Amino acid sequence: MDYSQFFSMIPEATLMVALVIVFLADLILKGENKHSALSLLTGVLLVSQLAVCFMQTPAEAFSGLYVSTAATNIMKAILTGGSLIVVIMAQSWLQRADVADKEGEFYELLISTLLGMYMMMSSGHFLMFFLGLEMASVPMACMVALDKCRKESAEAAAKFIITATFSSGVMLYGISFIYAMTGTLYFDDVVNYIDATPMTIMGLVFFFSGLGFKISLVPFHFWTADTYQGAPTAVTGYMSVVSKGAAAFTLMAILMKVFAPIAEYYEYLLYIVIVLSITVANLFALRQNELKRFMAFSSISQAGYIMLAAVGSNGMALSSLIYYVLVYVVANMAVFTVINVVETRGKGNTRMSCYDGFYQTNPKLSFLMTLALFSLAGIPPFAGMFSKFFVFMAAAQNGSFLAYFVLFIALINTVASLYYYLLIVKAMYIKSNDNPLPEFRSDCNTKLALGLCTAGIVAFGVCSCVYDWIAAACI
Amino acid sequence: MNILSLFVLIPVVMLLGLWIARNLNQVRGVMVIGSSFLLALSVYLTVAFIQARQNGDTSAMLFTYSTPWFKPLNIAYSTGVDGISVVMLLLSSIIVFTGTFASWQLKPMTKEYFLWFTLLSTGVYGFFICTDLFTMFMFYEVALIPMYLLIGVWGSGQKEYAAMKLTLMLMGGSALLIIGILGIYYFSGATTMNITEIAAMHNIPVDIQKVFFPFIFIGFGVLGALFPFHTWSPDGHASAPTAVSMLHAGVLMKLGGYGCFRIAMYLLPEAAHELSWIFLILTTISVVYGALSACVQTDLKYINAYSSVSHCGLVLFALLMMTKTACTGAILQMLSHGLMTALFFALIGMIYGRTHTRDIRKLGGLMKIMPFLSVGYVIAGLANLGLPGFSGFIAEMTIFVGSFENNDVFHRTCTIIACTSIVVTAVYILRVVGKILFEKVADPHYEQLTDATWDERFSVCCLIFCVAGLGMAPLWVSNVINGGVSSVLSVINF
Repeated sequence: MDYSQFFSMIPEATLMVALVIVFLADLILKGENKHSALSLLTGVLLVSQLAVCFMQTPAEAFSGLYVSTAATNIMKAILTGGSLIVVIMAQSWLQRADVADKEGEFYELLISTLLGMYMMMSSGHFLMFFLGLEMASVPMACMVALDKCRKESAEAAAKFIITATFSSGVMLYGISFIYAMTGTLYFDDVVNYIDATPMTIMGLVFFFSGLGFKISLVPFHFWTADTYQGAPTAVTGYMSVVSKGAAAFTLMAILMKVFAPIAEYYEYLLYIVIVLSITVANLFALRQNELKRFMAFSSISQAGYIMLAAVGSNGMALSSLIYYVLVYVVANMAVFTVINVVETRGKGNTRMSCYDGFYQTNPKLSFLMTLALFSLAGIPPFAGMFSKFFVFMAAAQNGSFLAYFVLFIALINTVASLYYYLLIVKAMYIKSNDNPLPEFRSDCNTKLALGLCTAGIVAFGVCSCVYDWIAAACI
Repeated sequence: MNILSLFVLIPVVMLLGLWIARNLNQVRGVMVIGSSFLLALSVYLTVAFIQARQNGDTSAMLFTYSTPWFKPLNIAYSTGVDGISVVMLLLSSIIVFTGTFASWQLKPMTKEYFLWFTLLSTGVYGFFICTDLFTMFMFYEVALIPMYLLIGVWGSGQKEYAAMKLTLMLMGGSALLIIGILGIYYFSGATTMNITEIAAMHNIPVDIQKVFFPFIFIGFGVLGALFPFHTWSPDGHASAPTAVSMLHAGVLMKLGGYGCFRIAMYLLPEAAHELSWIFLILTTISVVYGALSACVQTDLKYINAYSSVSHCGLVLFALLMMTKTACTGAILQMLSHGLMTALFFALIGMIYGRTHTRDIRKLGGLMKIMPFLSVGYVIAGLANLGLPGFSGFIAEMTIFVGSFENNDVFHRTCTIIACTSIVVTAVYILRVVGKILFEKVADPHYEQLTDATWDERFSVCCLIFCVAGLGMAPLWVSNVINGGVSSVLSVINF
């Protein structure tokens, strides 16, 4: 075996090293400064990891087991950036007395899920892909349960682990079908042998539904609301953007690479799932009055929009998906940062009613929240509108009547989604409240996280260089 | 630096200025300086445009500038104006300028109010200067969303309901637009989103055109108060604060007509001819129904909102007639309606600010108490009902003459039906003027009320000057418009 092949896997290797460093530091560091030292260390490691991802060149190792392309490297950079924001915004939560001693664990679990996602995205083989997926989801369950003194958190973790393992089982079953029909598990080989036999299509459906669980597309979404609500807010944020982004990217990449010969079949699957995800999630979101639960349904419908890009299935569609995930990361993280800080200051309350009259006491926070919500709803000049439009463009490229019909449904749903995002804006700006949340000063970590997110919301859209850079990598 | 880009750049600088402004005077200062600059710039642009035309520059778009924006998607930031957009820019600048003065006393949260107000005007300007489908659409949406907060926070009456209804309906319209835009882009096979280039290619199959034309026409028609998609307009206008009603009825509704002409009809000409009958019927209903509804309203703002539905319906009606005279009339009507509705809403806002009611049954004898405002109201009313000498007459006259040029029964019947709105308009205007200005003073408390303050007088005088100016000397404006209209019509009537 040629060990130099490991040099092709530099981002994974450095992330592994980072994991070990954080682990050792957690063991060694003692005393009052442990908290700040550990968080600073994690932050620095993630920033350097970001640099590594930017510098990585496309490579292939272990005879195609591991494939990294320019697109996967960009995706890794985006996810690392998202994790960095999670680490920053989680600080105010991690300082709480009952979680403070688990700070190191949080970082370690976060890095190991990230490592799993790296593996998943740059896999060239079904088993490698499965390995990455599991590596990403098992530590995630621990993260969800990190608030274990709260009943909801433990319940959320139980729900998550059960659905995660179930969906993995379904997916493995699907993969076994594909193996049976093609005799190989390498992506590059499968595509040569795959054809539209009923068994392969069964395999496709099982595989698709397995990943559908991870992306929480309807009808595989039932775990989402409870898990999002129960998990600590920082973890919810992490799940809703980073983990979802990775799974969506992988699904699209595999559909494009492996299932291209039976595209006409998976397109139908996509159409059904997209229409259901967007519509059902929007209908549920309309009636929520718990903000984390609300964001769970919002994220399901956003997942539908993300998958809309896959209808296009070419380089431009892939780039619009990556761009969508990027914009979604910053916008959603901004919302979760605000939720987190309000929860910490407002006695653990994430009900929507506690945002009534929020503008009167905390104008800056509510202004930033408004920007983030506008971006999620797709209102220009914020980045969300650009990413939505590009995704629609990718889907319209398909050109078929059905694609336009799905587009139509998706667009009508943007109006519904605007309605429920505006409900929060309305609560903050318009509703009067005799007893609004008291005025408070945010700590510098929250400010930093919000600053980064807002800069992204404003800049990623108007500065076309961001999209150009992604598009250049996807051709 | 392209002169047109300044129209977007100045509001953006104003936004930054408002952001750092510390007190009320600084906020007002930024607004006055910025909106004066914009007004001066649009006057300069008009003069420069007329000069360029006189010097024999006959290209469809002047002051063009284009730079790739999202290169992989063929999206460019390209600007250019023809006669239509020049007068629209002039109109927007006048309304923004006077709107600033009309909301001089506005409280609370003045800074935030002007922030959203400026963002809205950024969208309006951007829409008129751009010639790229995506960029136009982006600016269009920028202009829509600030309305939610402007009405929801600073409005009156059923403001939350009205704000939500307005936003959702207009956003629904823009959802339809996205489909239309994508359809045009992909089926024309173009490698550009520039509308003049797509129009020049003229290669979208007729069947496809017929699919996408309704999407775009209705999408913009929602904003242009096309029946039956006009229902946001009365509620929205009635609840909005004064300057927002002015800007919304004065400029924003024109975006609808402009978009219908510039995008729907210009890029999908065959479909425009084949399907125009459906929309002609709808707009005729708009015109008559709006006028009749205004007759039975008792709230001053509702009367004006329905009158706007009627007048904006007339804009779309004239555009669909597709003769040169009618289309010129349509653009004139946009200008004229923009100015006089702004005047109306400004006056209503000022009266409401004093009497705290807009119910005409509770108002009366205002002429004695606030003569300045009342005279202004009479002038606005006369302009609205199309008295010669004011802008309304010029516009409606041109429209109906132009519409009658179509010599088939259907078009002429529609024209005659639409003409009846002139009479109905006189009814509802004179009824209100007589009731609230000349009857006995309805409430003894009104005797203590004061007449307009300097900022209000200034804003009203500016608008009256424009309305009368357009009525007295319409020729130069219609010359400017004419060039733009005929180049668009040459594509529509191929």
